[in-house]
Amino acid sequence: MLDDFFVRALVAGVGLALTTGPLGCFIIWRRMAYFGDTMAHSALLGVALSLLFDLNLMLAVFVVAAGVSLLLLVLQRRQALSADALLGILSHATLAIGLVMVAFMTWVRIDLVAFLFGDILAVTRSDIDLIWGGGILVLFAIVYLWRPLLASTVNPELAEAEGLQPERARLFFMLLMAVVIAIAMKIVGIMLITSLLIIPAATARRFSSTPEMMAVFASLIGALAVVGGLFGSLHYDTPSGPSIVVAALVLFLLSLLPVRRRQAEAQAKAEGIRR
Amino acid sequence: MLNTLNHAAEPLVSLESVGVHRNGRWLVRGVDFTVRRGEIVTLIGPNGSGKSTSAKAAIGVLKPDEGRVSRIPDLKVGYVPQKLAIDWTLPLTVRRLMTLTGPLAQRDVDAALAAVGMSALAGAEVQHLSGGEFQRALLARAIARKPDLLVLDEPVQGVDFSGELALYDLIKQIRNATGCGILLISHDLHVVMAETDTVICLNGHVCCRGTPQAVSQSPEYMRLFGARAAQTIALYSHHHDHTHLPDGRVQHADGSITDHCHAEDGHHDHRHGVLHGVGEERPHVHGPDCGHLHQQERGHGHGHGLPVAEETTGLPNLKGGEDRA
Repeated sequence: MLDDFFVRALVAGVGLALTTGPLGCFIIWRRMAYFGDTMAHSALLGVALSLLFDLNLMLAVFVVAAGVSLLLLVLQRRQALSADALLGILSHATLAIGLVMVAFMTWVRIDLVAFLFGDILAVTRSDIDLIWGGGILVLFAIVYLWRPLLASTVNPELAEAEGLQPERARLFFMLLMAVVIAIAMKIVGIMLITSLLIIPAATARRFSSTPEMMAVFASLIGALAVVGGLFGSLHYDTPSGPSIVVAALVLFLLSLLPVRRRQAEAQAKAEGIRR
Repeated sequence: MLNTLNHAAEPLVSLESVGVHRNGRWLVRGVDFTVRRGEIVTLIGPNGSGKSTSAKAAIGVLKPDEGRVSRIPDLKVGYVPQKLAIDWTLPLTVRRLMTLTGPLAQRDVDAALAAVGMSALAGAEVQHLSGGEFQRALLARAIARKPDLLVLDEPVQGVDFSGELALYDLIKQIRNATGCGILLISHDLHVVMAETDTVICLNGHVCCRGTPQAVSQSPEYMRLFGARAAQTIALYSHHHDHTHLPDGRVQHADGSITDHCHAEDGHHDHRHGVLHGVGEERPHVHGPDCGHLHQQERGHGHGHGLPVAEETTGLPNLKGGEDRA
């Protein structure tokens, strides 16, 4: 069954979406969308380094993404520049350095578009093993770290005061992000990874009453977007990575209309009671 | 005060000449105090005087750069931070907030919510709560853990005046019921004083300390907050001679009932010393919502505003055997 490239793409995409769901929730709860984007952009530097030193591609991307996130942690602590400005600098610097390095390496010919926008249809069986193996690892880690991560999302000092270790949880979270970026790059590409993290989570918010529910829904909505996007790309002969993001966006827009009205009513009611 | 007597000798946390140095300056220096089981210690001081910093050093959130902090092993802390902004994208009900930092028995969650009068709002999303409701939810979360040490950083912000009094009353009740130590941070001096065992007045260092009465009379305190503030405290213990009935009318000491407790009605000399002392209040007709200080005279037995005292039945021994006067 996995011999067919389309089935392989589906299995790989769904595996990735299940992983990005809970991580994406934390990204939007902690307002780290730009942070995720920066880590993703740094992946191109990882690609260039892996070509230059003949390293495993995923490993190189993971190391660079993790390195950039740690660098950000250190720089933020020095408080010389705002986090926003630091992210902007690192995000585009790593992307540009990666592009320049690739251009210098005239002896390698790479399909830059595949790295930037993904090439899910070229996924191999060993890629699938990595995606599912890595994905399950990430999900287990998220479950294990759930309480300290959630508590420190609400307030790190509160978590620390009551015996959790927010700094450690945050560090692990960065590493998990790096893992997911390394495995996601091949599927949706560097430019679109953040959207697969954020859009399903934002869609799930409308239907969720607890954080746990939102994480599960984000995974399912992401998987639905992958399936929808891949079938759409097959049908309309569109590029697969962007098609998945468009499918996710369609789901988001669909979720917006009815729920929003209900929420507005509930809010009006609550305010009515208070007045 | 049974618990207070039993554990009076056990210090939960002690600070010895603690200093915290950040960004090239000392936030606080030479701070020492102890919080014992069953004791309410209040840190007061102007903005930026190091109240929060000292409290955070006490519970280990900030590492002191000099001095020593000792805590009993496995000290269980319940913390209500000063600022807490929860992103709208995080779906969090009051009930889910309760178990944020650790699992709790359903019974304890319900009891804590009942104690702060939030049972009806257990299913509400925290982002939809008013400021006062949110503070009460945070307090419930902290007490549901049954902590040894409760640390409350300005717990009454966003709470209206009558709610503020009710909240302080509740804090005292929690202490009496559970025997935990309480470290309270406040800048509203006038209300907090009466419920406190020890006041520590901070301004980058410890200015003065002692019982509320002693601190309010001390020259250091007057220099820091002005003579006006001290006067406020002095006026604090005034007498009530009337009771607000549930229907909003007023029963006076002589048994007569009127619609208002206004001074002009000739029934009594009623001074809202605290409010007048700081000039916050304009003369007006009292009604059930006027939010005046009728609860601060402990043992006085009436109150409007938050129905906290009435809803404390969730913690069975919360009111029983307590010395309210």
